[in-house]
Amino acid sequence: MGRKLLLENAHIEGIRYYDTYRKNGGYAAAEKALKSMGPEAVLEEVKKSGLRGRGGAGFPTGMKWSFIAKPEGVPRYLVCNADESEPGTFKDRYLMEFIPHLLIEGLLISSFTLGANACYIYIRGEYAWIPDILEQAIAEAKNNGWLGKNIQGTGFDLEIYVQRGAGAYICGEETALIESLEGKRGNPRIKPPFPAVKGLWQCPTVVNNVETLAAVVPIINYGADAYIGLGTGKSTGTKLISACGNINKPGVYEIEMNISVEEFIFSEEYCGGIKNGKRLKACIPGGSSVPVLPANLLLNTAKGEKRMMTYEGLAEGGFATGSMLGSGGFIVMDEDQCIVRNTLTFARFYHHESCGQCSPCREGTGWMEKVLKNIEYGKGKMSDIELLWDIQRKIEGNTICPLGDAAAWPVAAAIRHFRDEFEWHIKNPEEAQRRNFGLAHYADPLPVPAAV
Amino acid sequence: MAVVQFSEEKLNKVKEIIARYPEGKQKSALIPVLHLAQESFGGWLSAETMDYVAELLQLKSIEVYEVATFYSMFNLKPVGKYLFEVCQTGPCMVNGSDNIIDYIKSTLGIEVGETTADGMFTLKAVECLGACGYAPMMQLGKHYREHLTPAKVDEIIAECRSKAN
Repeated sequence: MGRKLLLENAHIEGIRYYDTYRKNGGYAAAEKALKSMGPEAVLEEVKKSGLRGRGGAGFPTGMKWSFIAKPEGVPRYLVCNADESEPGTFKDRYLMEFIPHLLIEGLLISSFTLGANACYIYIRGEYAWIPDILEQAIAEAKNNGWLGKNIQGTGFDLEIYVQRGAGAYICGEETALIESLEGKRGNPRIKPPFPAVKGLWQCPTVVNNVETLAAVVPIINYGADAYIGLGTGKSTGTKLISACGNINKPGVYEIEMNISVEEFIFSEEYCGGIKNGKRLKACIPGGSSVPVLPANLLLNTAKGEKRMMTYEGLAEGGFATGSMLGSGGFIVMDEDQCIVRNTLTFARFYHHESCGQCSPCREGTGWMEKVLKNIEYGKGKMSDIELLWDIQRKIEGNTICPLGDAAAWPVAAAIRHFRDEFEWHIKNPEEAQRRNFGLAHYADPLPVPAAV
Repeated sequence: MAVVQFSEEKLNKVKEIIARYPEGKQKSALIPVLHLAQESFGGWLSAETMDYVAELLQLKSIEVYEVATFYSMFNLKPVGKYLFEVCQTGPCMVNGSDNIIDYIKSTLGIEVGETTADGMFTLKAVECLGACGYAPMMQLGKHYREHLTPAKVDEIIAECRSKAN
């Protein structure tokens, strides 16, 4: 059984409420940070822990915090990114819904470290019931002296506000989120200036994901060394993985970052294997924007080693033979799933969600959707595969924000690893329309890994 | 003079929302106030409603229109009393969301984007709602309905009908 840090008390009845959270060690880290450590020591501990942003990009959190500008007389802000809109990802919802005080405590410690007296939780609008839960937790924390003026007699003031978005994936990108928080369309800003210098209302701002901010609590509680001990290499601590697709036990799991992908998929502790005794075909391991991997490359790297559930492990081999941990949205597909169809749904998603600022993304995502739709519905030509490859290359790296890359990578990976499936659709249009495409065309079917 | 008008209680809520932001930054209240307006005025935002919100927040009407048209949760035309927003993105598709959408279409006799003749139900196919582990699913009002099956859809439709009567 892996060590849990974020979800260690998740099973306790009533942990959503202050009294139970406090009785089970809640706010001890905040007390330690505010009363005996101070901002500099907290920052050093977070840097030492190696915590990397859990929203998808994986940038070192302590380093991000250290970039915040400190001009005299200008307020600083902490913004909690609770937009969680990456397909396959639903872990932050779990934290906010069931352990809201863990997030509030993390926000308190982080705001104290950054010198921010106001913090905004920007949550996706569709999570319409969660703001009530968060607001109740905020009120409880305030009533118990953990928010408001002169917190616990330390002289530190903090207010936390919850803001709902209104349905736009792009608002998960930090500058688009800031624009939305300012009451505008969620159009990403050109960087620099980075939010740490000019963010919310042109003031220094740090934007961090829910899981990242919650992870600050155990880092302060147990110390950076203990946190590092739960991972491996540049992947320290634990990570929440939201597992879905054709598995026996979909849900949110906290893993120590030293287990293999095979163990995660097939062990009873985690996903419990593939549903209905089917074979594993492919997986998108870090949310829809990261490259899909066929079963053989998912379980073992190109070097033949077991692939690990770490930032480095999933990236092993680069995009040709690797993928990314991303947001931890783990989408598993069985042998009956059609890669063309799956890629089409993601292309449709990115087309729908493109903010429209940059032509390559605005036009290219729609173009990819149309071409994929033709292939899926039996109207494709062989030259469409090269066309798709060409379009995705022209989008990647040519847009203001990473949405263009996010739209391009799944298409590139699908063609790279499943070109024969695209060809099969084009050569067999009627049959392609009639049934989902499985592994039947493989001369040498992928072996079923032994259960762990 | 706008005909749409928030109740006293809702106007106090608007003031409370504006107070979350520094002075002069009341534009930040726009999305929360649009949510409040949509809930208050029939589940959608008419031009009149958007003009009223602009007036309340001391913004130009165009600033409100450009925001309302950007975000998918704001309805710019009337919708049924119950809005079924069924997720159709990858993980839900893998778990059969297409079948659920087809089932709702045939049961209610409407296409995606349409409203039943009695004004009771509107069906929308939407992109990822962050419930991928509990797929297929839909949003109904403030809450999610997950692990959908045709039988569950029937129950939801019956539940809506009984609430409406």
